[in-house]
Amino acid sequence: MRKRVGMEVSLACSEAARLSRVDVVSAYPITPQTHIVERLAEMVAKGQLDAEFLCVESEHSAMSACLGSSAVGARVFTATAGQGLELMHEVLYVASASRLPIVMIVANRALSAPLNVWGDHSDVMAVRDTGWIQYFAENGQEAFDLVPCAFKIAENRNVLLPVMVHMDGFHLTHVVESLYLMSQEEVDSYLPPYEPLHSLNPDKPVTMGAFAAPFIYTEAKKAQQEAVRDSKQYILQAWKEFGALTGREYTPLKSYMMDDAEEVFFVIGSFSEMASVAVDKMRERGEKVGLLSLKLWRPFPTEELKEALRGKQLVAVLDRSLSPGTESPLFTEVRSSIYDMREKTRVIGFIGGLGGRELSPDDFEQMMERARTLSHNGFVGQAEMIGVRD
Amino acid sequence: MAKETKEKKQEEMTWRDLEVGCVVCKPGSACSYRTGDWRSRRPIWDHEKCIKCGLCYLFCPDACVSQKEGKFQADLDYCKGCGICAQECPTSAIKMVEEEQ
Repeated sequence: MRKRVGMEVSLACSEAARLSRVDVVSAYPITPQTHIVERLAEMVAKGQLDAEFLCVESEHSAMSACLGSSAVGARVFTATAGQGLELMHEVLYVASASRLPIVMIVANRALSAPLNVWGDHSDVMAVRDTGWIQYFAENGQEAFDLVPCAFKIAENRNVLLPVMVHMDGFHLTHVVESLYLMSQEEVDSYLPPYEPLHSLNPDKPVTMGAFAAPFIYTEAKKAQQEAVRDSKQYILQAWKEFGALTGREYTPLKSYMMDDAEEVFFVIGSFSEMASVAVDKMRERGEKVGLLSLKLWRPFPTEELKEALRGKQLVAVLDRSLSPGTESPLFTEVRSSIYDMREKTRVIGFIGGLGGRELSPDDFEQMMERARTLSHNGFVGQAEMIGVRD
Repeated sequence: MAKETKEKKQEEMTWRDLEVGCVVCKPGSACSYRTGDWRSRRPIWDHEKCIKCGLCYLFCPDACVSQKEGKFQADLDYCKGCGICAQECPTSAIKMVEEEQ
């Protein structure tokens, strides 16, 4: 039986990247992600990691250097957060459309203004459509595990797409958790060396990033859309293999007390653990409440979601971001996914946990209470922000 | 950006024909992409006025001006009709004329 170790989650993530034998780390420090790449820089400096650490002048350059490094066939890792992710924005599309299997941890953070470095999903939602595979870790163990999984998925010849591993800033990055690490032998047995399909090599010249005129751009985008949709089976396969190796298997949706549940909390990220405490308390009172935590964000697991919500009466969706002028992204995607189901599940959306605002189990209980009242009154849609002072 | 096994014109390619990441695996494929159809005006040389200074050849941003039997001409498969040659010609030997359908 392997021993648990107590470790800051950011440092566990650095360890996961080291064990994944990354060749290149190109990054720019930004709160709350800094500890991850800081530790990787230290590992390279001390000779504990045989990799190139590129200290670049911005996140735009960080992701651009990732592109170049990945294009020559290196295994590439980076991490960023909030504003840093935004500065990378245009390069993210190039990475995915060029089918470069870069892995990036995003320590989810609010976006300015006002300046706020705390946990929030505004940064995630702004890169929703960049064509990356994206999934969420909800605790330190998952953040660690999902890094080797990310390389396994990204580098699969049938996938060849970059992967973002999302973890909530501070709530995950800066806590010390008790977790199982893996040995180098275990990771090696799971993750073979990367063999690129195409790489920039003077002996076999190719062009990457050529332009596409209107008569071919649509076909290029269709190919990309199919690649991302098709990747789900390989994501599931990689998670299954990881489960066989470690006993920890991941699924697109994590269920808690869902079998006989009539009312469901729907969350992403680290708040799922807070919500599960609320579920326990409500179950003690005999309320048939369950919890769904979305792990796989892109490709969106529509089929699994339909299956999980089949026959449920009410689902309360928590978004940690805004789409000013309309409803928040998680809410709209959940509602859209189940819209054509015969048996209607009422969907009530909430916004909370913005910019590091805490939500307690009591808040979750009140959220469900509010969802019931609103639903009873015929309200359908996204309700108010939780705890906003009016 | 086509897969090497396929020999289709780009206009006829389906999304399945595209190489992963739209990588171009075959060198020299730009030759088969004739960009001259972007042009709305074409340069015409008046060889009486031309003093063979070669400024048109030097200034052409597409390197599509060449000399044939001593006379300058543009390769209309690639000339985009920018008119820089006509602008730079010291004897106004080049005129830009409208393309007709």
